[in-house]
Amino acid sequence: MNGWSTLFYKEVLRFWKVGFQTVAAPVLTAMMYLLIFGHVLEDHVKVYDTIRYTAFLVPGLVMMSVLQNAFANSSSSLIQSKIMGNLVFLLLTPLSHWSWFVAYVGSSIVRGLVVGAGVLLAAICFAPLGFAQPVWIIAFAVLGAALMGALGLIAGLWAEKFDQLAAFQNFVIMPMTFLSGVFYSIHSLPGFWQGVSNLNPFFYMIDGFRFGFFGVSDVSPWVSLGVVATALALVSALAVQLLRTGYKIRS
Amino acid sequence: MSAISFQSVSKSYPSPRGPKGSTFLALDRVQLDIEEGEFFGLLGPNGAGKTTMISILAGLTRATSGRVTVMGSDVHSDYAQARRKLGIVPQELVFDPFFNVREALRFQSGYFGITNNGAWIDELLQSLGLADKAGANMRQLSGGMKRRMLVAQALVHKPPVIVLDEPTAGVDVELRQTLWHFVSQLNKQGHTVLLTTHYLEEAEALCGRIAMLKSGNIVALDSTSALLKAASGNVLRFKTSGALPPALAARARVTGTVVQLPAHDALEIEQYLAAVRESGLVVEDVEIRKADLEDVFIDIMTKGGSASASAPALPGVGGSPERTLAGQGAPIASANRTGAGVL
Repeated sequence: MNGWSTLFYKEVLRFWKVGFQTVAAPVLTAMMYLLIFGHVLEDHVKVYDTIRYTAFLVPGLVMMSVLQNAFANSSSSLIQSKIMGNLVFLLLTPLSHWSWFVAYVGSSIVRGLVVGAGVLLAAICFAPLGFAQPVWIIAFAVLGAALMGALGLIAGLWAEKFDQLAAFQNFVIMPMTFLSGVFYSIHSLPGFWQGVSNLNPFFYMIDGFRFGFFGVSDVSPWVSLGVVATALALVSALAVQLLRTGYKIRS
Repeated sequence: MSAISFQSVSKSYPSPRGPKGSTFLALDRVQLDIEEGEFFGLLGPNGAGKTTMISILAGLTRATSGRVTVMGSDVHSDYAQARRKLGIVPQELVFDPFFNVREALRFQSGYFGITNNGAWIDELLQSLGLADKAGANMRQLSGGMKRRMLVAQALVHKPPVIVLDEPTAGVDVELRQTLWHFVSQLNKQGHTVLLTTHYLEEAEALCGRIAMLKSGNIVALDSTSALLKAASGNVLRFKTSGALPPALAARARVTGTVVQLPAHDALEIEQYLAAVRESGLVVEDVEIRKADLEDVFIDIMTKGGSASASAPALPGVGGSPERTLAGQGAPIASANRTGAGVL
């Protein structure tokens, strides 16, 4: 193994060793959402004419789990290493900033996909759903996880304390996720809030992902792909630049 | 080619106190070359700049100006090569709680692109007395074991240059012995060793050459034997519970009731004892011993400094009769007078 693949493997093993907390717990949380919201809203909300609400909800919950866990993986690993001081073992190595980026983002993608697959497997027991265009499913899951892994990398480098990271998670990531159409179609919103949702990149990730299951979506999947790819490129460029300059990890 | 070379290296930090924009100079144009195969000691009080020097060497901190190389590789522009040649044992007792001993060492090898390193990892674990802990989680190790683990992690890629940043702080005697035996062997095999420590007897016993750092300047740089020779030859040691006369107090090293005074010759010892007698102090357990590195260190740190250290070396050897009991700059001045490489 060369440098980056060792770091990638180590990062995957890190979350896998505490899988009860990093995989099982988020799957359970998503199932709670599905059971409760599905039960309460099944007969009251109709999103698309042919789709049951519970079935509509599943891809949203899967993608939400993918995104939140991808973010959590890189950000929590980095802040823990910074606070424990063991980041020094990496800082002393010849690993380049690209190696760091690929390893941290790559392991975040793996965690996001593992949790997402767990939620999906559990959910289809309750709400059978089709896979209209699987390529879109995979594309949006991977790109979304990569975007959030890179964002987590930035947050992990920036944060100096756990509560700063928690603030980032609770005041940025959570609202953007909940206001992205996980639980509803943005067409059900008043015009103003539809406009606001159109500015939220999370909306495109979830909408594009959902298109892969149902073949229908609020906007064209190509538009969503463009938005997500652009956001990924911008966030990745920033993350790589911060790693290159040693932002808050080298003085 | 030097194993480690600091070429006019300065480092300034934004000052935590003082007006905005003011800076604190942690290193001031430090010039130091450590040759291949040396066992080199870097000494200095807390805040002298030792850790800053090591951080720059390690690539954790960037020098404000100047250049640092490891076996000819620039630590900034050619960092990958420089880091491959360098093994650093950090001062802080840090570990990754997710993994066991063997995993941590395998990962550390992998970061350097080394695979199939099992034989060397086994050898390291054996030499450092960690073989039976290979499968133990890092959290389960005692403080001493964690310290040895830091050494193993620093050596896992077989670097030719090893830096130990206060490796024996808070470590028991037995472990210190094990560690020094191991590091001395590595040095004999050709590894260059740079050591910072507060235990001066260790530096005296191990290091062939020593640099003393004070306020970001190297104030002494010489072979250990020359530094010892340059210091006052002897130390007068006695116990007293009374207050020393000011002239003596300025020169004395006092630990509880034990007073130690540097002395070059019999005349000086007589003068000390006369001064003590005049002040009416009761003294006991009087003895005269050879000066050690701690005496040299204290003299340089309390009376020397960048100003005297950068003064041109004078000819002649120390111990000149015009020195007074007040001891104005005595031992460091005498160190300067040897002209034996004190900067």
